[in-house]
Amino acid sequence: MTTRLSDNPTTRLSDHRWGMAIDLDKCTGCQACVVSCHAENNVPIVGEEEAAYGRTAHWLRIERYWEGEYPNVKAKFMPVMCQQCTEAPCEAVCPVYATYHSDEGLNGQIYNRCIGTRFCGSACPYKQRMYNWFDPVFPEPLEQQLNPDVTVRSRGIMEKCTFCVQRIRRVKEDAKAEGREVTDGEIQPACAQSCPTNAIVFGDLNDPESRVSQMARSSRAFRLLENLGTEPGVVYLKGGETRV
Amino acid sequence: MSDSVSRIKKSDGIIIPEDVRDQLLLTTLSDDELNQKMLGPMQKTGPMFWTAVVVLAAIFAWGLYAWGYQIYWGFGVSGINRPVYWGMYITTFVFWVGISHAGTMISAVLRIFKADWRRPITRGAEAMTAFALMMAGLFPLIHVGRVWKVYWMIPYPNNRHLWPNFQSPLMWDMIAITTYLVGSSLYLYLALLPDLGMARDNSTGWRYKLYRILALGWRGTEPGWHKLETALGIFAIVIIPVFLSVHSIVSWDFAVTSQPGWHSTIYPLLFIIGAIFSGLSALGSILVVVRWGMKLDFFLRKEHLDNVGKLVMVAGLFWLYIWFASLIVNWYGNMPVIRELMHDEFSGEMAPFFYTMMIANVVPIILLMFRRVRRSPILLLILTLSVNVGMYVERFLLVSGSLLRNYLPFNWGQFRPTWVSLSIVAMTFAGFILFYMLFTRLIPYVPVWEVKQGRLRYGTRLVGRVQVPTITQVD
Repeated sequence: MTTRLSDNPTTRLSDHRWGMAIDLDKCTGCQACVVSCHAENNVPIVGEEEAAYGRTAHWLRIERYWEGEYPNVKAKFMPVMCQQCTEAPCEAVCPVYATYHSDEGLNGQIYNRCIGTRFCGSACPYKQRMYNWFDPVFPEPLEQQLNPDVTVRSRGIMEKCTFCVQRIRRVKEDAKAEGREVTDGEIQPACAQSCPTNAIVFGDLNDPESRVSQMARSSRAFRLLENLGTEPGVVYLKGGETRV
Repeated sequence: MSDSVSRIKKSDGIIIPEDVRDQLLLTTLSDDELNQKMLGPMQKTGPMFWTAVVVLAAIFAWGLYAWGYQIYWGFGVSGINRPVYWGMYITTFVFWVGISHAGTMISAVLRIFKADWRRPITRGAEAMTAFALMMAGLFPLIHVGRVWKVYWMIPYPNNRHLWPNFQSPLMWDMIAITTYLVGSSLYLYLALLPDLGMARDNSTGWRYKLYRILALGWRGTEPGWHKLETALGIFAIVIIPVFLSVHSIVSWDFAVTSQPGWHSTIYPLLFIIGAIFSGLSALGSILVVVRWGMKLDFFLRKEHLDNVGKLVMVAGLFWLYIWFASLIVNWYGNMPVIRELMHDEFSGEMAPFFYTMMIANVVPIILLMFRRVRRSPILLLILTLSVNVGMYVERFLLVSGSLLRNYLPFNWGQFRPTWVSLSIVAMTFAGFILFYMLFTRLIPYVPVWEVKQGRLRYGTRLVGRVQVPTITQVD
């Protein structure tokens, strides 16, 4: 799987191919990552009613699947964010290039360029693109803690997980100023940073020694909806079930 | 001209069969009488007409208000959500693009095949194409989240070197629909010129002024006719590939994605056939209503309704076959998520829509096989309206119904349209009918020159002592 990533010309342009590995065996479904993602990326709060109607804006969600009948019920948790596909279905369909492929393997989203056709949202097999149905609302006191590194998006445009691109840039610039390479584990997206069990690991898939590359080579590794050929940058490690 | 009339007069009732005479409107009326038969009803507008205009204009204005409301408050008021990112607007867009297909079918395809019965109904079909495309063209504007930035889809030079993405099917859509709208409007206008000249010569007051400008100085000279025939001949052929491309491109909006229920290679064909089916049905409904409203029984005869009914039936059978083909590839493919979608349609929450579609589409196909049904205006009206209800539901199931399900069951959704989206959809229906009604009173609805030309083609010659029916090649 990793060899296919490095075969792709778009990933060879740069030294980096940012990726993520998520160990489902460690995930407890605590949703700390969801909360930290909201805080880091100024993700709007839509409220109970809108959320029930499928308008949650979570860039990262915990998919919870129940298996079995009571009393033998098992829960499966799976944190799903934008999979940062190498062959991204969302990129080709945008009429104005508001979503594009960066040379570090990220699916960039240019909020200012988006006209809101929602074609990318329909094309995404993971349904991981969030639309701003209304102007964003941050109930008190959340409006006090908006992250100055991230724009607040207006209504009528698409947004999604960026792998905390602002943090990636910050670390890269710091490293450049100090005249050194970015070291493995130095970049921590909000979700990885806040995960109490360290289930989420972020790093460079082009570096064979990085932790994320090592995890991607695990026999438990799989990618979400791999059969569709999107070649996601997020690798999952198969986990057991949680008995409830 | 008078010579040909007298020839037909002599042969009247002897040689030319009755149905041919009906189809070609072979009469003993003079040219002037024919002109008056067309221009007369255009000036008659009763209280019912104006009531309809006021009601439709009110619905249209209400729809505009709803659109403004949506722009002001955000797209959330329209009732779509994740995963149903495309709802009523795209469904209605596909519907209107579909309706627009009959105009070209009738006037270009039948012109090339020299089907003479088309003559009185071509203009009605072409006008339907133009107005349906205008309504379809509104939806890309209504549907985007930031309508004030929609010009970014136009490839215009700018100092930041920003360019639209020609990989996107939405760009193909925009180009195809613009081409089709321009092409079919020109085609409509070209064929109008002789009739506008005729209307100018037979009217006074503001109508004279209007037609004088619109007729572009048409005098009916020999070079004028020659150029017109050449231009129409070229247009009739060139517009057909455009007509085939438009709805197949609309189908690619769906087919190129990996969304279950959208991703199917048979959709271009299904969309084109479905478009012809629903478009011809809409033409049938419109002809019956206009015939009744303007009392155009002289031009639009049961023979024409009969022929339109036959076309609807044949297109319907084609559609049924291709639709069935798209169903069985899904059925045999047996992918879990497609199975879930089909289960929803056959016996789940989408079942009412599914069976409405089946009944509303299939019953008319069967009933239209009977000549007596096709020749009854009221039955034809009911059946063709039923087809369009069925086709609208078909598009709804395809566009929004499919989006309810996807590969990750966690993201399965629901969909409830709101008053905003329903008002905007109603706005386009009201707008279409309103503009079409005004069109029938401003522009000669029946191409009188084509009728006269058709009349010229048929006559009889005396060969020895026998009267022989003849068909003359006019174009």
